[in-house]
Amino acid sequence: MRRKIPLTIAFIFGIVMIIQFFIPHPVSRDFYQTILDWIVIVFAFTYILAVTSLIRMHKGKIKHKKQGWGFSYITIISLAVTAVIGVVGGAFQPTQITTWLFGRFNLQIEQSTILMLIYTYVQIPMGATMFSLLAFFIASAAFRAFKARNLTAILLLLTAFIVMLGRVPIGMLITRRLPEIFQLSNIVEWILKYPNMAAQRGILIGVGLGMIATALKIILGVERGYLGGGD
Amino acid sequence: MGFWEKLMKLDRRWVFLLIALAVFIPFLKPLGLPITVTKPVQDVFDEVERIPPEGPPLMISTDYAPATAPELDPMFYALLRQCFSTKRKVLIIGGLYPQGAGMAQAGLNFILPEFPDVKSGEDYVYLGYQPGVSAVVLSMGEEIRRIFPTDAYGVPLDSLPMMQRIHNYDDVAFMIDLSGSSIPMIWVMYAGARYGQRIGVGTTAVSAAQYYPFLSTGQFIGMLGGLKGAAEYEKLIMKKGYTKAREIATIGMDAQSIAHLLILFLIIIGNIAFFASKRYRKRKLKV
Repeated sequence: MRRKIPLTIAFIFGIVMIIQFFIPHPVSRDFYQTILDWIVIVFAFTYILAVTSLIRMHKGKIKHKKQGWGFSYITIISLAVTAVIGVVGGAFQPTQITTWLFGRFNLQIEQSTILMLIYTYVQIPMGATMFSLLAFFIASAAFRAFKARNLTAILLLLTAFIVMLGRVPIGMLITRRLPEIFQLSNIVEWILKYPNMAAQRGILIGVGLGMIATALKIILGVERGYLGGGD
Repeated sequence: MGFWEKLMKLDRRWVFLLIALAVFIPFLKPLGLPITVTKPVQDVFDEVERIPPEGPPLMISTDYAPATAPELDPMFYALLRQCFSTKRKVLIIGGLYPQGAGMAQAGLNFILPEFPDVKSGEDYVYLGYQPGVSAVVLSMGEEIRRIFPTDAYGVPLDSLPMMQRIHNYDDVAFMIDLSGSSIPMIWVMYAGARYGQRIGVGTTAVSAAQYYPFLSTGQFIGMLGGLKGAAEYEKLIMKKGYTKAREIATIGMDAQSIAHLLILFLIIIGNIAFFASKRYRKRKLKV
């Protein structure tokens, strides 16, 4: 029974949503809009699940003193502080409490709320720093590992050379006196438009067919992985 | 140990130092390398230019996080400058994932001081973020108010002058999704295929390759790919006289050019060292 009910719900809604798509009647459209509202509500609840899971994981790390457990304290405290500031102080528009506090202490912040202040001066620089480290590791990895060991590697190397040079102005500058067909930017465009696109299309068609097959398997109750329990 | 073998074991911190110098020096002393505008970028620009001033809005969705901001922020700034300086309306969505909401507000905070006459609710509307991903895109096709009853600042949409005639995609001239992930495909699948919304994309250089199939079919009107795309767009709005602000993407392209050259040089040196040390070892074994 515990499995039959969710399977029946999935089957009924799956079939009804397919039928609904082909019937542009007001009743059908109202039903569709209601389902969309439900999806948004259910999606919002997934954040509660995500936060609970995050806290549980870090609590476990602290309890068992796993490697780097001290950082788990920082994660939980940061999560709690940011959430409280966001709820009490407002996300983009200061709440009455913030306005009162700012007025009382004669404070003014350029970002309008404390949450945006944290976002602009903590989260944005941290995120950008993490990503920019990639440039250093790519350079080091390219120096050590990108070797022309066989024909495939040589082809990859040549393509990387052309694309890396052709995607920056200096590549244009180097080849600007050559006939148009040999200019690096045009060769890069050709690589992206033909060999790359052929491969991308193949992948996309494969993914699309896979999505349809999986959706049908879920609707018909063949695929039950989403129910949990391992079968 | 021969010279090439020593080079193979070079401390990677030297490579890090070289990359840091390659990035920093062009920022301090810009090289002013020429930027040529490509067709996908020109197409986005032309599509925005076709929107009549005071007419239906350009919709921008900021589906990116701080990690990809260096590539995508300049696109967002350039689009806002183009619209605000020509009295074109802008409808901003803080992305389909929460990070984008902060990026949109940070972008507005950066650009708005340049345009003191531009007002929220009249010249632009920032809708903020709603959970639901594809459900948000689909709901907007029916009625924007149903999914965004208020703007990001809590003001009901019905009370905003700009929103009086905007209800769904039929009332939006063109839409641009700025994203470093596969979210633009969601916009193509739901807003484009189902509701016929005209869509353009601004994406990171790494992600650009995956959107070429959509570009060739016309599902994306145009594309700004990576920092290069942003620099080309900056050049276009500069040429039209829409802004005199510092061209951050164009300056970034100088740094990227030198960094790419350095990486290519390192690959060549690495390969020479690899094959030379291989030969050296073989010769040693024979002896």
